Amino acid sequence: MMRYALILFFLWPVLSWAELSAPLEQPKINPGDTASLRRGAKLYVDRCLGCHGLKHLRYLRLKQDLSLSDEEFKTLFPWLDRPTGALTSNLRDEDAQAWFGVPAPDLSERAKALGTDWLYTYLKSFYADDSRPFGVNNWVSKDVAMPNVLWDLQGKQKAVINKGQIERLEIVEAGSLSPQEFDRTVTDLVNFLAYAAEPTQLERRRLGKYVIGFLLVLTFVAYRLKKAYWKDIH
Amino acid sequence: MRNCPNKLIAWIDERFPLLKVWNEHLAQYYAPKNFNVWYLFGSLALLVLVNQILTGIWLTMNYKPDARLAFDSVEAIMRDVNFGWLIRYMHSTGASMFFVVIYLHMFRGLLYGSYKKPRELVWILGMSLFLALIAEAFMGYLLPWGQMSYWGANVIISLFSAIPGIGEGLATWIRGDFVVSDVTLNRFFALHVIAIPLLLVVLVFLHIVALHKVGSNNPDGIEIKQHKDTNGIPLDGIPFHPYYTVKDLFGACVFLTVCAWIVFYAPEMGGLFLEPPNFIPADPLKTPEHIKPVWYFTPFFSILRAIPNKLGGVVAMFAAIFVLFFLPWLDRCPVRSIRYRGRSYKIALSLFALSFVSLGYLGSIPPTPIAARFAVVFTLIYFGFFLLMPIYTRLETTCPLPERVVWPPTPFLQRTGWHWDQARTTIAYFQTKPYCQKIATSWQQLQEAMRENKLLRKFL
Repeated sequence: MMRYALILFFLWPVLSWAELSAPLEQPKINPGDTASLRRGAKLYVDRCLGCHGLKHLRYLRLKQDLSLSDEEFKTLFPWLDRPTGALTSNLRDEDAQAWFGVPAPDLSERAKALGTDWLYTYLKSFYADDSRPFGVNNWVSKDVAMPNVLWDLQGKQKAVINKGQIERLEIVEAGSLSPQEFDRTVTDLVNFLAYAAEPTQLERRRLGKYVIGFLLVLTFVAYRLKKAYWKDIH
Repeated sequence: MRNCPNKLIAWIDERFPLLKVWNEHLAQYYAPKNFNVWYLFGSLALLVLVNQILTGIWLTMNYKPDARLAFDSVEAIMRDVNFGWLIRYMHSTGASMFFVVIYLHMFRGLLYGSYKKPRELVWILGMSLFLALIAEAFMGYLLPWGQMSYWGANVIISLFSAIPGIGEGLATWIRGDFVVSDVTLNRFFALHVIAIPLLLVVLVFLHIVALHKVGSNNPDGIEIKQHKDTNGIPLDGIPFHPYYTVKDLFGACVFLTVCAWIVFYAPEMGGLFLEPPNFIPADPLKTPEHIKPVWYFTPFFSILRAIPNKLGGVVAMFAAIFVLFFLPWLDRCPVRSIRYRGRSYKIALSLFALSFVSLGYLGSIPPTPIAARFAVVFTLIYFGFFLLMPIYTRLETTCPLPERVVWPPTPFLQRTGWHWDQARTTIAYFQTKPYCQKIATSWQQLQEAMRENKLLRKFL
């Protein structure tokens, strides 16, 4: 009896969270992969920045961290003369309220708030639903106001419904990218958002090795010092 | 010129009792020589306090206590201030590590009876420190002005409104507004940055003065002052400086290495130290799905939720903290250390530790009906530990106490007791595993290589 109670005790968070929403996929996120970050940044600028700003990410910082040359930066942000200011959006909150029903949130720290798994699965889980204003719904975030901005890349998805619940999504019209290419593209985008949520993480990881290395040496010296002093305690 | 420092010290000593203080509290403060690893956490707590104060000073240089600017200013610290990210992560990691260290420090007190006569006042001052620390952490958590900051503060302050009669007025008085707002943020900032840190420093001072008056307890729980040599120095005592300063230095280095790993490689600690919803700016119109406090408050939060009545829950939660103040008078057993205490206290303490950890876990997950039922059971165990203490500690059959402290410490393989048997079995199990054997052989090879090197040999 006790054993079953214990098993139940440790299992029920898993059981109670087995909810109606989509199972989250786990993309390989690596903010050290500059090529992926550049592809992600390009996609973000093309398809997201119109509505969602990244007000805490500065253009100059982005240019340095992604090692963009002046020409590359110019192609990515043709409307900028110099890399000044932050990646803010031009969509006003009042307009977004009128057009979508909610202001488009700033995504600066969203990768930390929601997690990269959530973002990745969310971006892949739009499906056709004629009852919604933009003709799509989302399996992860039901009745979300956002349209599917990657529709031409992914293609059209339909929900396979079993006993009133979504079982899985399947592609009914192919997009311009193959499923593998699309997965990689979404990974790039999420990777970029993970970077944007904490640009200093690259420096943090680099610096950590030296600090811990130094502390290990110091620990060793302190250990020898302690041994030397305590020799005469009998 | 060579005597310059001595002359300076002499000059100061004529005007200020510098050497006297140095000797009384360090060079001639005799601490028992048998301190074990549990005795590191006091000095580590002091280290964390210093870290919090220093990083806090630098954070205040860039933080803006204004509801419109607070969230952005924290992000500016993380991104635009030179090494701001490091300072902020040291502060946030330090906050959690403070509670890790303090909980272990308090548990040490429970293990070795450090709260018993004549150290009741040391314990009470320590508990006051714990209370002040709770207030400090709670107010500090509002400052980033994220969703969890805002709604966490909202929930906790609204608890005061459960008090009959004055409740609503009291909650409004604490907030300075009818909801958590800019006014609340400003006053919490003032309290977090000046008022409570000052209180903490004063209480730490009193805690140490009180401790040094009565002398430290030790893992054997016997008084070292009962056996003194002809100079009046305890036979089992050793000067705190240099013996414990070098030992604590080593402990501090290990601790800092662990902290550095967290700061550089897992600053959010999987959402435990920095909660994910707190990366969304506070929004008074949007309640998060699941409001929960940071991990160090979850045991008490769990007790609050376990009682179905709001006022009852609030009373139980505060009682869970305040009952600790009475520990020196609830425990009726004359023996201090768990080493020589009876089985009933050992079982009670194990159950208490289990219930505390379980309550912490339950407080961090959504309140499902099964979770609520478990929380009630563990809450009963939590209070049972204290309220039944006068009964079961009086009936204890204790072991005879040693005349002098056990020194040198019993080797690991010869220690008696159920938990040591378990520890030995576990280690024996791992020793049979190939990967553990591999690590052991490479460690031996490393030592071998070091022995052959002239310079490296000195480190062995």
